[in-house]
Amino acid sequence: MRPLTIAVASGKGGTGKTTLAVALARAIRDEVTVLDCDVEEPNAALFLRVPFTEEEPVTLPVPEIDKEKCTVCGECSRFCRYNALVTTRSGTTVFPELCHSCGGCALVCPAGAIREVPRLIGRTRSGRAGRLTLVEGELEIGRALVPPLIRAVRRRGAAQGLTIIDCPPGTSCPLVAAAGGADYVLLVTEPTAFGLHDLTLAAASLRELGLPHSVIINRAGLGDDRVEVWCREAGIPVLFRIPFSRAAAEAQSRGEGVLEHIPGLRELLAVLPERLGGDA
Amino acid sequence: MKIALTISDRGPEAMLDLRFGRAAAFLVHDTESGEETIVDNTQNLTAAQGAGIQSAAHVVNAGAAVLITGHCGPKAFQVLQGEGVRVFGSPAATVGEALAAFKAGTLKEILDADVESHW
Repeated sequence: MRPLTIAVASGKGGTGKTTLAVALARAIRDEVTVLDCDVEEPNAALFLRVPFTEEEPVTLPVPEIDKEKCTVCGECSRFCRYNALVTTRSGTTVFPELCHSCGGCALVCPAGAIREVPRLIGRTRSGRAGRLTLVEGELEIGRALVPPLIRAVRRRGAAQGLTIIDCPPGTSCPLVAAAGGADYVLLVTEPTAFGLHDLTLAAASLRELGLPHSVIINRAGLGDDRVEVWCREAGIPVLFRIPFSRAAAEAQSRGEGVLEHIPGLRELLAVLPERLGGDA
Repeated sequence: MKIALTISDRGPEAMLDLRFGRAAAFLVHDTESGEETIVDNTQNLTAAQGAGIQSAAHVVNAGAAVLITGHCGPKAFQVLQGEGVRVFGSPAATVGEALAAFKAGTLKEILDADVESHW
């Protein structure tokens, strides 16, 4: 099978992204790498039970001012569109939590008073069990800059075989960082007004990114048929439906995953990569 | 001494803007000469982030020793305090009323940030 990257996204949180990503990873018979890019709340490891053997800090460069050299000219503060630097008569102060690490301040400083120092934003962890490799990112508490950490997780992914990306909820920068460049995106939704609302937003983002995508309806049988109607009208295929099942929900809450509790799901998922173009 | 006040509009009946970082402008009142100047702050009114920090720099660079506003968040307060600017909190009032209250000594000094970031 040629390398294939499938991202699992949703827009709305709690629709079953991790549930599906984990079930897909378990149903596949080949080598598979799961990238848990939901770095604000990584939880694929709870279900996949892969022991982590490696951990690496992820840092971003932020400016540090040499007070001896700083002439208080204010060039750096005027340049910074994120207002991470402020120059007043007594000197220049850095607010690293506002910095987006563009490096511009160090470039424009005429006095050479700015050097960049690493600031921890989180960590990646990885491990392997049998044919399964898991990489997750975890954001440091108090940090807000998510995309660079997601990109660090993506860089640790495999170049071969199947890669499954568990995306964060939402439709903006974190989703773009997690799903960007994927061969295919599975949008997991639920047949409710909330599911539909956020699905329309997520689909719009993916359209903008030019990423091929289709919909999987989880908890089918709840709610109404508005998601089905919308998908038909928008021309987005509904790949399949996972019926609402109390037994599956209970198994999930025990950390067992749903694969054994939804009849036919394993067979459906086992051939999904080929169906999505993995053997082309 | 120069006193900076956050204002949401202009003129003698201008109301004090109770927000600091995203005030539309600052009125800088010189108690010795009676001269008043306006420092525009629309750049920070529309800033994506860090409005309080840069607004604080405006106040400092205008030479104000006192700031009268509604509330002040932690980062802005850090900048103001670092430059020795004293901050006074006022309830909703016109600029004239707030200045009179300050001169009468009835405004409360804000000695630490009194609201969270992004208030």
